[in-house]
Amino acid sequence: MDLKNVASLTFFCPEIVLSATILLIIALDLIAQSRRWPAALALIGCLCSLIVSFDLYSAQPGLLFHRMIVLDNFSIFFKVFSLAATILCIFMSMGSKEIDRVHEGEYYALLLTCTLGMFFMASSSNLLMAYLSLEMVSLGSYVLTGFLPHSRRSSEAALKYLIYGGVASGTMIYGMSWIFGMTGSLDYSAIQLALSQEGINTAALFIAFMFILAGFGYKIVFFPFHMWSPDVYQGAPTPFTAFLSVASNGAGLAIMIRFFFPGMSKLMASGDWAFTAGAEWPQVLLALSMLTMTIGNLCALNQRNVKRMLAYSGIAHAGYMMMGLAILNNEGLAAILFYAVVYMIMNVGAFLVVGMISNVTGDEDIEDYRGLAWRGATVPAICLAIFLFSLTGLPPFAGFIGKFFLFSAVVKQGGAFAVLAVVAALNSAVSLYYYAKVVKTMFLDSPAPEDKQVTLAANNFTLLLPLTFLTVLFGLYFAPLVQYTNHSLRFFIK
Amino acid sequence: MQNILTYMTFIPLAGAAVVLALPNNAKLVRWFSAIVTVPPLLMAIWLFNNFDRTTANFQFVEDYHWIPAYNISYTMGIDGLSVSMVLLTALLSFLCIFASFGIEKAVKGYFSLFLMLDAGMMGVFCALDFFLFYVFWEVMLLPMYFLIGIWGGPRREYAAIKFFLYTLFGSILMLLAILALYFTVEPHTFDMRIIMSQASKYSTAVLPIWPFSVWGWGFQHVIWMALFIGFAIKIPAFPFHTWLPDAHVEAPTAISVILAGVLLKMGTYGILRTNFPMLPVATADLAYWFLGALGAWNIIYGALCAMAQKDLKKLVAYSSVSHMGYVMLGMASMTTQGLNGAVLQMFNHGTITGMLFLLVGVVYDRAHHREIEGFGGLAAIMPVYTGFTALAFFASMGLPGLSGFISEILVLLGTWQKYPVLTILGASGVILTAGYLLWTIQRVYLGPPNEKYLKMEEINGREIFTLVPLGVIVVIVGIYPSIVLDMLRTTLDSINALVIPHLHG
Repeated sequence: MDLKNVASLTFFCPEIVLSATILLIIALDLIAQSRRWPAALALIGCLCSLIVSFDLYSAQPGLLFHRMIVLDNFSIFFKVFSLAATILCIFMSMGSKEIDRVHEGEYYALLLTCTLGMFFMASSSNLLMAYLSLEMVSLGSYVLTGFLPHSRRSSEAALKYLIYGGVASGTMIYGMSWIFGMTGSLDYSAIQLALSQEGINTAALFIAFMFILAGFGYKIVFFPFHMWSPDVYQGAPTPFTAFLSVASNGAGLAIMIRFFFPGMSKLMASGDWAFTAGAEWPQVLLALSMLTMTIGNLCALNQRNVKRMLAYSGIAHAGYMMMGLAILNNEGLAAILFYAVVYMIMNVGAFLVVGMISNVTGDEDIEDYRGLAWRGATVPAICLAIFLFSLTGLPPFAGFIGKFFLFSAVVKQGGAFAVLAVVAALNSAVSLYYYAKVVKTMFLDSPAPEDKQVTLAANNFTLLLPLTFLTVLFGLYFAPLVQYTNHSLRFFIK
Repeated sequence: MQNILTYMTFIPLAGAAVVLALPNNAKLVRWFSAIVTVPPLLMAIWLFNNFDRTTANFQFVEDYHWIPAYNISYTMGIDGLSVSMVLLTALLSFLCIFASFGIEKAVKGYFSLFLMLDAGMMGVFCALDFFLFYVFWEVMLLPMYFLIGIWGGPRREYAAIKFFLYTLFGSILMLLAILALYFTVEPHTFDMRIIMSQASKYSTAVLPIWPFSVWGWGFQHVIWMALFIGFAIKIPAFPFHTWLPDAHVEAPTAISVILAGVLLKMGTYGILRTNFPMLPVATADLAYWFLGALGAWNIIYGALCAMAQKDLKKLVAYSSVSHMGYVMLGMASMTTQGLNGAVLQMFNHGTITGMLFLLVGVVYDRAHHREIEGFGGLAAIMPVYTGFTALAFFASMGLPGLSGFISEILVLLGTWQKYPVLTILGASGVILTAGYLLWTIQRVYLGPPNEKYLKMEEINGREIFTLVPLGVIVVIVGIYPSIVLDMLRTTLDSINALVIPHLHG
């Protein structure tokens, strides 16, 4: 199916619903100054969009809008994924004291704009579309990072993010221009056709790929484009940090998988992907993956601020997920999708507790968590411990299953990838140290006399307990989720 | 009884959940936890009676689909190797609940975690699916970390994280090895029985990578080593043993008993359950110069370290390192006596060291220190207590008539046929053991009584209750070892038969 503009609209409902919600929020924000409705409206919009997204599974996969956008299970998966992350973020924002209520309308409008951009990131089948969608997400993110008024740290983070983002996307579009120069097209399938012909300068292609990798690297947060993330994570409002850490990372993975796999490589009958010989990007990804997880974990060891620590842990997790890209098989990609879902649950869970605690203490230093379990916050402390152990990859939590699938994909590929598996395994052991440090502070340390009692209202638990439940559930019974992610790994290739 | 192993594993887990829901009454929580450990103990006794000693097959097998798409199943079953460990776990868990009655801080949390630990240990010994085995193996870590970290001594945080990091490091290598085995077996499965039956598939062709090419290692050897490191950390084999003294010294008494009595056994159990039958060629290649030598070195090194200790609990901890060396040495011999002796030593060490830690706990509760030099003449002050101590010390030393003697002599007999040099080294450990234990008895129990402790309370009924069952077992196994050996023999012979054809010369 290859549709023109008007015919495409039928299959564009999730985006339309979301756009309508955004416009409605902006318009109503001018009229009504009530405090609660923007969040509720955004939530309703997301839920409607979610429902119509699921409805698309019955549609035939194909290309929309003159081959700009592709509709397949993979793009629907990431629509659902981004919406889930957005819904979690809205829930978190509703309970957060950081979000300045005066700007609620703007905040939610911008948040949904980011989500809309992520929809396009996962489904663009054209270099220009990919670039524009990436920029759309970035622009919204810059503003939301600096959204805390009178917070120097927030403004600093936004500026850093902006500069890094500008450089990365500039590099990326430069790389895209090389590809356009070599192949004469921006369309993925046309590019692939041109690349498979004789006479392509593979060295130039390799360089172009490296430039493009800068843009992806900055979104997924891998080495050496990771420097912005700790400052941004620390400075941004906590609900948005949670959103950034999972949704932005997930969308980055989506655009990268779409570009490198159905875009630039060929799927063999064996389930392995064949890339253009000479442009050895998988080796680069392999090295970057090892470096990313090692650097992320080592830097996280000595962090004193929980959000910074989680930022570095996020870098490490990006490294783990990249393993699935470097091994060039479908098991790896399926493992990435599974890991992304699990990572969303446990990481948002962790940020949720961090946000709850900082609502009370006003701070995110690990030191403030001293004896938390004995200061009236036993349940959040236990939940945070579960999320952190899950991030470490300990059974019976979902994070273990995620790592299990990633590792098994790598081990299955065998050969030199065994080194990658060993490096990743050692990294997991290292990561235990800093995750357990927080657990230690919460449970093993006794509270100091000056530490306040932490009392939390019941509404804090409405999201926390389901997330904890899911973290344990997917650690013990993950068959449905595996089925769903495997099912989602279907690309429409012309 | 169908599903008996599942009940034994999950009754404590259910108990752990119920404990959390109980009202905040320490007495109620303690007694409830004690009652929860009774059914597994009764079931263990039932297993002891109904276990078929004539077959090497797995018994009481339960097999349910878990994640069929990946051939992950919930498979439980026991053979001669695991049944003794299941008995030991059930018994020690029951006794240690009583040994924990003195815990005052966050009682509900303590007993809940303790019961979780119980479930994890039971699961490790019963699991026949590698995935399930790994899950239980790791699940055990979390309660252990908190039990040492919250209820431990002054340096508990350091000890807890050290234990945690060491074990996780080992188990994650183990995970990679498990995955490598999974992808070699056709059809891909985690079922240990199928992995064992396809042992010939794991290539022994020398890998063309340095340093494996120099050592003559193939895929099988690398996998063997990855599994071995995971298990060696638990044993703990030199040089991975340094977490043990820290963990033991800081852990509360009951947790020390569980650590030494059950957790250390998981290492050697794992080697016999997986390395031997699944990777027989590598086992045969590495048995002598690696496993056996490491065992002998553990015996001597542990004994020498024990001799140098000033802290009574650290001494017992290092004596564990030494005694687990006999297990490794016996396993490496690949003889009937050696293997039987090794597994019997695992069982005996569990009971004897359990007693030793309980006894150390008794004086620590009264004197609030464990300095060997700080006591003296306790025999005059606490005669009953000293009687129990003498029994445990002499059993640990290998005095004929007590259980330690039988297993050590079997190990040495078995090893002598293969490696005389290692046997002589190992046997010298017996002398060193006698040295440090007798010297300790002399310093702590004999001589003029220490003025400070003249009024020290004699051992009480609850403490005697925890010691008597272990003491009885030590004596019975010492006089009539067949009671345990009969269960082991058939299984161990069949495991041995898998490896022997691959031995050189």
